[in-house]
Amino acid sequence: MSGTGGPSLIDSLFQRTLDDLIKGIRLHIPGASQSTFISKSLDEIRREIKSTDLQTKSIALQKLTYLHSLHHIDMSWAAFHAVELTSSSSFIHKKTGYLAASLSFRSSIDVLLLLTNQLRKDLGSNNQHEVSLALECLSVICTPDFARDLTPDIFTLLTSSKSFIKKKAIACLLMVFSQYPDAVRVCFKRLVENLESAGDNNAQVLAATVGVFCELATKEPRSYLPLAPEFYRILVESRNNWVLIKVLKIFAQLGKLEPRLAKKVVEPICDHMKRSEAKSLVFECVRTVVSSFYEYEFAVKLAVEKIREFLMDSDLNLRYLGLQGLLLVAPHHLWAVLENKEVVIKSLSDVDRNIKLEALRLVMSMVSDDNVVEICRVLIGYALKSDPEFCNEILRSMLSTCSRNVYEIIIDFDWYVSLLGEMARIPHCQNGEEIEFQLIDIGMRVKDVRPELVRVGRDLLIDPALLGNPFIHRILSAAAWVSGEYIQFSRNPFEIMEALLQPRTNLLPPSIRSVYIHSTFKVLSFCLHSFLLPEEGVNSSLIKVDDIEPGFTYSESEQEFTENDHATSYSSMHKGDTFTQESIVNVLTLVITSLTPLTESHDVEIQERVRNVLGLAQLAQEEICSHHDQKEKMVDKVDLKTSTIVRLINEAFSEDLGPIPFNAQERVPIPNGLVLEDNLSNLDSICADVQLPINESFSLIKPTFLPTDGDSTSNQQNEEDSEVSAAESTSLLAEHRKRHGLFYLPSDTNKKASSSFPPANDPKQGDNDVEDLVKLTEESLVLKRKPNLSRPRPVVVKLDEGDRLPITVKKTDENDDLISGAVRDVLLGNEATSHSNNPSGRRKGKSHSKDKVENSETSSSSKRRSKHRSHGKNVEEKDENSEKSKQKSGGRHKSRRRADGHIDVAVQKPVIPDFLL
Amino acid sequence: MGIRFILMVNKQGQTRLAQYYEYLTLEERRTLEGEIVRKCLARNEQQCSFVEHRTYKIVYRRYASLFFLVGVDNDENELAILEFIHLLVETMDRHFGNVCELDIMFHLEKAHFMLEEMVMNGCIVETSKNNILAPIQLMDKAS
Repeated sequence: MSGTGGPSLIDSLFQRTLDDLIKGIRLHIPGASQSTFISKSLDEIRREIKSTDLQTKSIALQKLTYLHSLHHIDMSWAAFHAVELTSSSSFIHKKTGYLAASLSFRSSIDVLLLLTNQLRKDLGSNNQHEVSLALECLSVICTPDFARDLTPDIFTLLTSSKSFIKKKAIACLLMVFSQYPDAVRVCFKRLVENLESAGDNNAQVLAATVGVFCELATKEPRSYLPLAPEFYRILVESRNNWVLIKVLKIFAQLGKLEPRLAKKVVEPICDHMKRSEAKSLVFECVRTVVSSFYEYEFAVKLAVEKIREFLMDSDLNLRYLGLQGLLLVAPHHLWAVLENKEVVIKSLSDVDRNIKLEALRLVMSMVSDDNVVEICRVLIGYALKSDPEFCNEILRSMLSTCSRNVYEIIIDFDWYVSLLGEMARIPHCQNGEEIEFQLIDIGMRVKDVRPELVRVGRDLLIDPALLGNPFIHRILSAAAWVSGEYIQFSRNPFEIMEALLQPRTNLLPPSIRSVYIHSTFKVLSFCLHSFLLPEEGVNSSLIKVDDIEPGFTYSESEQEFTENDHATSYSSMHKGDTFTQESIVNVLTLVITSLTPLTESHDVEIQERVRNVLGLAQLAQEEICSHHDQKEKMVDKVDLKTSTIVRLINEAFSEDLGPIPFNAQERVPIPNGLVLEDNLSNLDSICADVQLPINESFSLIKPTFLPTDGDSTSNQQNEEDSEVSAAESTSLLAEHRKRHGLFYLPSDTNKKASSSFPPANDPKQGDNDVEDLVKLTEESLVLKRKPNLSRPRPVVVKLDEGDRLPITVKKTDENDDLISGAVRDVLLGNEATSHSNNPSGRRKGKSHSKDKVENSETSSSSKRRSKHRSHGKNVEEKDENSEKSKQKSGGRHKSRRRADGHIDVAVQKPVIPDFLL
Repeated sequence: MGIRFILMVNKQGQTRLAQYYEYLTLEERRTLEGEIVRKCLARNEQQCSFVEHRTYKIVYRRYASLFFLVGVDNDENELAILEFIHLLVETMDRHFGNVCELDIMFHLEKAHFMLEEMVMNGCIVETSKNNILAPIQLMDKAS
């Protein structure tokens, strides 16, 4: 050791070695003392690493690398020192430098540029181990710059006589291609040549090559179809399981694209499946067959046989894979799953969670509309027995399977809704959010299920125990909403009112409590309406009022409903005796006593809603009680102020809420003459002109909305704030709708009148224009349905486009596109630049490329390649034909062509058969 | 990329070797390792060797006090990876002679060297123990 400077001499002499560091770390217990030790060592390292003595520097870097790798210490600051060490003449130092680089470097480090020259030097070194170090490092830290600058060096190494180097150069190519797709044009041909390497010496070269192709083909398989013959040869000839597995993976990709290819390879794959002892290979064969070659009955049968062997094996890993295999078969050959049903069901109670999960997925794959009831019953049983985590997994998959494609497999919605209620009661249930969504969603979509929905909601609401479980709060919120929205189906609204106001609701978070309070409002207005205006009946609440004048259309629509809607008629039976003076007074007292304390709530949402409810309740109480006291017989209830208000409120609530597609806004047609500005900067000045005309206009509007009640409107002005605001909102909404009807979903009445918006899934208009914006309540269908039909599937409102947000399809990496584009060019004989080290040469014109092809061909004697060339020529001759088919091919191809700057890339399909035969 | 990362972790959950084939920040590595350790070490002998985690599949195997965990793509062949782990252990065994946790701790560079010979870019490139060990033996001789 020879230190030059003073401090570095001392550093060198007393430097801790890596072993010392490790021992030191082991002496300190993990925690504070260990991290103190580490930070002390870091200080030492910072000092030592600056030493001019390479040995000292190297040891410091070793220690730092160790800390980085196992104790997550940042070492980006030492990048320069790592680069410095790579240039050392000592192999050990060089290795330390490269290891540090490959473990810690990333593309953003600025010293990377300094490494380029050193890498180039080492790639060209005579010492194969130095070459190997450089290749290994490059394969990890490669950046587009490295790839561009070093492609020629790697290209040279591809022909190395030492397989030790060659295989690494090949494996490194994968990274180079992904960083710099143009490298494909230079190196691809040599890569392909290596597919032909055989013999013991070259076994690893072949393995590396196949590995690279496997990765490339996973990203974009189509480009590699022309290489199918080479892969086929390997599939038949190779005895190396690692290689075979990779080749099978390639064929799994290619087979999907080219059915004729599938026919050819399925036999050898079956041979491997029958003969091989290696389970890994057998399983890969199974996986390939069932995922890509599922049309070949005999192959699938054999694969299922093997899967069964796996399932019966005592080895847990094989059982797991067996289940995975079944999962892959399921989409096309459900019989295979059904055949092994017992094993699957038994696996649901396995000790291993992974196996249970696979089994669960399999069970879900078996679900159809025939057996969904039965399977869900079994699963609920398992859910009750399982640990919380798996229990929720079961519930989650049930929920997602049943709601797939807008509840496609559900026929009996009454059953499903009560199942949802049952799920809520499972102690570990944590899927509140999804259940909440589905309860409300079903309520809006499926009209027929609402009575049952209200019953389920009631059962949940009246159970005080549930309020104590925070996981269920979301479900309770849905139950409260449903009970309020569809209160007309309830057998006993008073009971629901009590449930909504029970003392334990103070356990709910404010957001959900306000839903409760709002539901109280709906229930209260419903009760008052039924009591005060019995002749309008419950049914009025079902009628879409907006554009109808009261008293005029009611009778008509009422008849329709009472005749046909059994649910309504049964609830109306109860009305007569339920809504007595006394019960209403009780309800009012209950509402007022329970809600009054909340007027002081800190949550504005609660406070505001409570005040709304109280406003209505106090007014009603005043009026009703005064009449009660005076013992006037049968006051004309209709004349009460409350009646007017209640009618208005009920009309507002009776608007049926439907599901709204996420893109509803976009579909609103832009009216003629409306210029939409992109820039909204001058919006403020526009708004300034429109200063709040709303307050005045509202009193003027009301009479037009309800002309018969003209007198009462003026009175209303003087009422308490709350009523006014409630009535106000009704009228404002109605007015707004009248004025800007265009922007609203059309209401039912509109639809009946004009039928310009036919319902999406009305069977009679099966082929209606999907572009139409539809609000679907399927009234016409409901009306025409014969009551004696034995429970047909109720209408489920569907929106023609995505009900939930669509999953954005992941775009393929742009680089992948570039790679495959380049691969195509090379394979189809457009090899203009394969021998040119200047990558920009690819931009040369077509005429040049032809000459160059000729040149390059003279140097190569391979049969295959001359074939490629002839194809390339064919393609060019057929340019006109292919032009047509190109036009048909999708935008993907187009963009790729653009990216390549080539127009003459041929469409591949017609070329393939020649390669195969 | 078939193999995403290779971890060796002892029974206490301390990482003894970490090799990543894609770039993750230190923070990402720390959380990933933490999650995986928690997930895999809690499992017992009666449970299978495959664990799904995030977008990865983790194939692991326990040898004495050391867990070998390999994170792979979802379509990677699990059994082949198990064989790979076994090959790795056998190779280390041959070099260190009855390899133990301490061997890997104190010879981390060599362990990385072996891995570099076996895996490049997440692809397995060498499966012969002789070939894997040749450069290391050469280096040992030289120093």
